[in-house]
Amino acid sequence: MRLSRRDALAALGTAGVLAGATAMAGREPPRADGDARVAPSSEREGSEEVDVEPPTVATLTAAAEVLYPSRVEGHREFVEAYALARTRGRDDYRDGVAEAAAALDAAARDWYDDSFAALSRETRDGLLRELGTVTADADPDGALSERLRYYVVDELLFAFYASPPGGRLVGIENPVGYPGGTESYRTAPPETSDDPGTDGGADGD
Amino acid sequence: MPTVTDRSIAGEPGGGIGGSAGDVDDGGDVSAGDVDDGIDRTAPGRADVCVVGSGPAGALVACRLAEAGRDVVVLEAGPRFEPAPGDRAERMEAHLRPGGGDVWGMGGPRDRYSSTGDRHYPLNAARVKAVGGSTLHWQGMVMRLHERDFELRSRHGVGADWPIDYDDLRPYYAAAEREFGVAGALDNPFAPPREEPFPLPAFPPSHSDAIFAEACERLGIATHSVPNARNPEPYDGRPACQGYGTCKPVCPSGAKYTAESHVRRAEAAGARVIDRAPVQRLVHDAAGDRVDAAVYATPDGTRHRVEAREFVVACGGVETPRLLLLSRSDAYPDGLANSSGLVGRYFADHLFAGVGGRIDRPTRQNHVGFNTSESHQFYDGDDPVEAIKLEFLNYAGPSPAIEATGSEEWGDALLDSLRESYGTHIAMGALVEQLPRYEHYVGLDPSRTDDHGNPVPEVHWSVDDRTARAIERANGIQRSILRELDATIDWVVGPENTGPAFHHVGTTRMGEDPAESVVDANCRTHDLRNCWIVGSSVFPTGGAMNPTLTIAAVALRAAERIDAAL
Repeated sequence: MRLSRRDALAALGTAGVLAGATAMAGREPPRADGDARVAPSSEREGSEEVDVEPPTVATLTAAAEVLYPSRVEGHREFVEAYALARTRGRDDYRDGVAEAAAALDAAARDWYDDSFAALSRETRDGLLRELGTVTADADPDGALSERLRYYVVDELLFAFYASPPGGRLVGIENPVGYPGGTESYRTAPPETSDDPGTDGGADGD
Repeated sequence: MPTVTDRSIAGEPGGGIGGSAGDVDDGGDVSAGDVDDGIDRTAPGRADVCVVGSGPAGALVACRLAEAGRDVVVLEAGPRFEPAPGDRAERMEAHLRPGGGDVWGMGGPRDRYSSTGDRHYPLNAARVKAVGGSTLHWQGMVMRLHERDFELRSRHGVGADWPIDYDDLRPYYAAAEREFGVAGALDNPFAPPREEPFPLPAFPPSHSDAIFAEACERLGIATHSVPNARNPEPYDGRPACQGYGTCKPVCPSGAKYTAESHVRRAEAAGARVIDRAPVQRLVHDAAGDRVDAAVYATPDGTRHRVEAREFVVACGGVETPRLLLLSRSDAYPDGLANSSGLVGRYFADHLFAGVGGRIDRPTRQNHVGFNTSESHQFYDGDDPVEAIKLEFLNYAGPSPAIEATGSEEWGDALLDSLRESYGTHIAMGALVEQLPRYEHYVGLDPSRTDDHGNPVPEVHWSVDDRTARAIERANGIQRSILRELDATIDWVVGPENTGPAFHHVGTTRMGEDPAESVVDANCRTHDLRNCWIVGSSVFPTGGAMNPTLTIAAVALRAAERIDAAL
């Protein structure tokens, strides 16, 4: 399953980055298997703004490779488009993400003498565990493990599982938090596949 | 606790289960925010009408009177949130993700309370203080009460009769449905008579509704649609539902009705709405016959006094009696408008009953955050007399993003767990009537104060034996339906672990006799000629229907009477 920029744009609907920018009065319901959730081109252009530093992208991408199922590919494109664009206009949140990513990277350099992104997947997994993020309570203002849980681990898990690519892997194409319209709840489930959403195209945009 | 009440439906009945009675300060900080936000909160000149509270009752009254050309001022204790869609997707995320804080900022010194009954009452999960009131977090289910609900004493010898009947409210129900933009269908064989279709078509039944319907048909239980105050298509400047699935506690799109709609209309008609302006006291004249002024506080610590010809108290079933009790005087030593001694008494709620489990096929839960099928077949019976409203849930079991962000796994292990836990859950809920009881009350706790030094509300509430038996009856019906589906029964919310549905009724009850009630049939207090109360606190009984449509109908009727009194 390869995540695409289109998946990220769909996920941005979850985060309200696109929907929130547009008055929706008069808007008809979208469809979980349709394209109504995909923003107009003008909004997509806006979503391309990257206002988080490249090292943050690299660190979040490396974390996503650990946090997402192994069958998922295309992490960097997804992270760039989603995790970065949705911090636009949210200065405190952007700073929190950047600070947490930098702290994670610093821990990697201190403990393993290399950047987080340069570590093996197994080592990255181990470091996240060593930092206590598995059991930490998410807290944007808490201790390091709690901030990492909030700004890195939960940030990436929410991006994935509250959007169609992740939801579909679980069996729900319109997961809670995603504006997938009011048709899917009425229908029997689609044919199951172990690799739904391949290449992002199954999102129908 | 079953996952049917997971984080996606905060404030769901049962939210207080396991809580201990006593003082409650649940840690929020709602008084946070700019003290100097540049907004003029000084008192306007003498108004025609001063409305205290901007939830659905207050907003509708303010809107109707402002649009009738009256000079209206609304005082709201809570803040004005950015209108939808605004930042509501971020609020939704705060709800779905751990660590996000309270969606609407409830808690903290402003909202302290005491719970002293045998059952804990989780008050701050039950309400929102803000422009729009608790409609910001409500689910948006809008049914009319049945004829029997107005005549319980006459028909069954329990509870109380209303001084008005269904026919009196019937045109106002229709008006309320238009105001909300109710989506519904005429397929409910148990509904009271109505004169016109719903303004909007009903949301079609869900996949799981069809599963339930087969079992119910075999058992002789009729199912039907649910009237919803959310848009299946654009209506009244609000968009169609986008399917976020988080109606309760926040609709990111604005498709769900909130009273903000009528606040906006009131303001467009000239009303002035002052937020973060909690009313401290109502002050009456020397004769004790009329309210002269409402004294309110502003974030900078100053107090202001607004005078008006008529005053409308619309603060909900807890804060309305609290304000009256706080406004005691030499003329009214037990509280304003409390010659009957009944202000705060007869506090009641609906109780939640539920059963859930899993079946051997996909149930397609958690695509949307509202229900599409119910059964009112057990509403009007006499064994038990207490009404039961059955609900077929569309949000049983966990949802991936919520489960993932709370998980101690990630990668393939997390996906495996999510796949195991999602997909085949099924659940039923029910609202069960609680008859009014004198010993259940909202009072003042003089031992604790809020951020302005006022005694906090004391909620003294429990679940009585009659209600417990009705809950057991609801559980029995629910179990029979799940058994018919060959479902496992993994959890039951019954008499021991039930919780309130957050529908506060009865604390300023309506009646003809001033010795037995607080307001008359028109919602005017018996004691003071220019003091009116709207909201569910005036309900003598609450049936088992979600109360907001009736709140609206009663408010619209009262608005006509207030206008006539001006």
